[in-house]
Amino acid sequence: MKQEEKVDFRLNREYCKACGICTALCPKKAISADDEGKPSMINEEACIMCRLCELRCPDFAIRIGRMQ
Amino acid sequence: MEKTAYAPEYRVLTGNEAVTLGALAAGMNFFAGYPITPATEIAELASELLPKYGGKYMQMEDELASMAAVIGASFAGSKAMTATSGPGCSLMQENLSYGMLAEVPCVLIDVMRQGPCQGVATMPAQGDIMQSRWGTHGDHPIIVTAPSSVEELYRETARAFNMAEKYRTPVMVLSDAAMAHMSEKIRIPAAEELCITNRKKPDVPKDRNYKPYEADETDIPPMASFGDGYRWFVSGIIHDETGFPATADYEKIAEKLTRIERKIDWNIKEIESYEEYRTDDAEIIIVAIGIVSRVAKGAIDKARKEGVKAGLFRPITLWPFPDEALQKQAAKAKKIITAEMNDGQLSRIVKELDGTDGKIEKVTRNDGALMTADMIYDRIMEVK
Amino acid sequence: MEQHVFDRLMRDDKLPHMWCRGCGNGIVLQSIIRAIDRTGIDQDKAVIVSGVGCSSRANNYTDFCGLHTTHGRPIAFATGVKMANPELQVIVVTGDGDSTSIGGNHFIQAARRNIDLTVVVFNNSNYGMTGGQYSPTTPVGAFTRTSVYGNIEPAFDVCRLAEGSGATYVARSTTYHVQSLIKYIASGITHKGFSVIDAMCDCPTLFGRINGLGDGAKMIAAWPEKTVSIEKAGTLSADELEEKVIIGEFVNSSRRSEYTEKYARIIEEAQRERADLK
Repeated sequence: MKQEEKVDFRLNREYCKACGICTALCPKKAISADDEGKPSMINEEACIMCRLCELRCPDFAIRIGRMQ
Repeated sequence: MEKTAYAPEYRVLTGNEAVTLGALAAGMNFFAGYPITPATEIAELASELLPKYGGKYMQMEDELASMAAVIGASFAGSKAMTATSGPGCSLMQENLSYGMLAEVPCVLIDVMRQGPCQGVATMPAQGDIMQSRWGTHGDHPIIVTAPSSVEELYRETARAFNMAEKYRTPVMVLSDAAMAHMSEKIRIPAAEELCITNRKKPDVPKDRNYKPYEADETDIPPMASFGDGYRWFVSGIIHDETGFPATADYEKIAEKLTRIERKIDWNIKEIESYEEYRTDDAEIIIVAIGIVSRVAKGAIDKARKEGVKAGLFRPITLWPFPDEALQKQAAKAKKIITAEMNDGQLSRIVKELDGTDGKIEKVTRNDGALMTADMIYDRIMEVK
Repeated sequence: MEQHVFDRLMRDDKLPHMWCRGCGNGIVLQSIIRAIDRTGIDQDKAVIVSGVGCSSRANNYTDFCGLHTTHGRPIAFATGVKMANPELQVIVVTGDGDSTSIGGNHFIQAARRNIDLTVVVFNNSNYGMTGGQYSPTTPVGAFTRTSVYGNIEPAFDVCRLAEGSGATYVARSTTYHVQSLIKYIASGITHKGFSVIDAMCDCPTLFGRINGLGDGAKMIAAWPEKTVSIEKAGTLSADELEEKVIIGEFVNSSRRSEYTEKYARIIEEAQRERADLK
């Protein structure tokens, strides 16, 4: 997996309850809450693919990986 | 499970021994229980015999856990039983209601003792007639059978397993402290006489469309076992045919509850069982269950010698109660005497039946001693 | 491409789940799913048993056999399942009230037997389903709907309770420390014996609100401050440890035999005796 590959951040907006856990705990502040309080990727370069946003999502709403 | 290797055709057994051996003959391969007088010997014998035939015995921490383990084992495919007495039975009611709603085949033996509370642990009574029917919260059907001899305890325990498996429901057997410890010579029925029944298994594909509570025209859903390839969910919350909660839908709630009633109602003729003794011309009908029915026969014979036409109606299945058959007798009778070892629980059931108005007399005993033939005879002579 | 673990092990048609915004239960459930995936156990041979309460809805959403039982009794039901068919991997999902209050006796007795169950306690320090009353793990002084003057009952330490009762695998982690949570649950599943994983999680809607702890994001962010690793705990004084939650693996022992294995030997022996009689 190469660093320059694009981040594939997928949010299931129906499952997401906008708790803010992923954005608050992202160690690189690569994701941020939108108007509805739901996360979106704002800084792909900063993302270190630790996947903690997915692992700590209580709503099974986030899937993160590299573009294939 | 094969028939016990050393069982001859006739044996002298206590009631408790007969229960364990009848259960083994019906295929019991799991027992979970908690020691309680006067039921303990059922567990003791099960603990010794079950592993000999590959079965499992577990002594749980209490009766709540015993009933829970029995249900868990049944879901994993076992024919499971527990045995207790009134106080333990009270603790089992919570998970018994789970077994009713989740439609779990299993058998509960209640060896009745004098109550309430600890009462007199070693003395017989018939105080759990109502507990066996209405002990749980909510409404559900139940099958309860009340044998009156050691031989009948053997047969009815085996039949309880067959009914549990066939109708996917817990079945209770009521014994008592006297029958539990008395010895009688009994004929051990051959395996084929017991018509051993096993639960119906699903034959639909093992995929995500599987619906564990989808019933056919019999209203009895086939039952998979955990681990056999179906992935299914079961809950003590009212559920639909998928097994998942259906608490927001009145129709689904009603559908579930009426189906579990219906599956018993439709088979009432097969489940229902009773004995009539000298009732052909009887003007006085004694209604009694279990051990009291035996002394009632003595009282009836004695009364007939005095020219009083008395007869016995003995429900073997208490629930469903054989009401039509009793109503037929009630219509002909001048008097109905309920005889029981409690303060009148059977009497209340009989009172609810059509045609019994103004005819019911009671004879009760609730001091831990057995009812005697003379007590019933005296009552017959008083009311004749 | 391999399917995502959620697609393989969750029932997508049951999501979104019923839990509140920011509730930690979803993180614990996700950790269980990932732990199961890591152990590679057969999906058809796993049974997830639950009691009653918010946590116990977890097996609604998983694609395994699921047994949703009565309040406090899941370990007793699970004991019957495991005993009847020891080939099954039986995982219990339960809450702090379910496992240590109403089901406290089943918890300690199953630990004593060392029967091969994996119990994951969703420990959020209160009864969520009924509206936030105090439980045996509510800290002293905390406010709940039934401790409006502050809780005066000392809390159970779920791990010490399990260890003292004979559990042979005991660990604790939090929803913040999700990687170790997954690791401990996986270890508990592969461990042959009674395993307890105390999964500390948050109830922002009830416990958080009444105690002024903020929303789910604030509560989960507080765990690093509230916890100390078992390694570091050894270097701290009792005073320093006061009010700290120790996380880590407390017990991982294979010294005691597992219950169903012992019973299998009883069956062997009893059957040999019977064969000798013939």
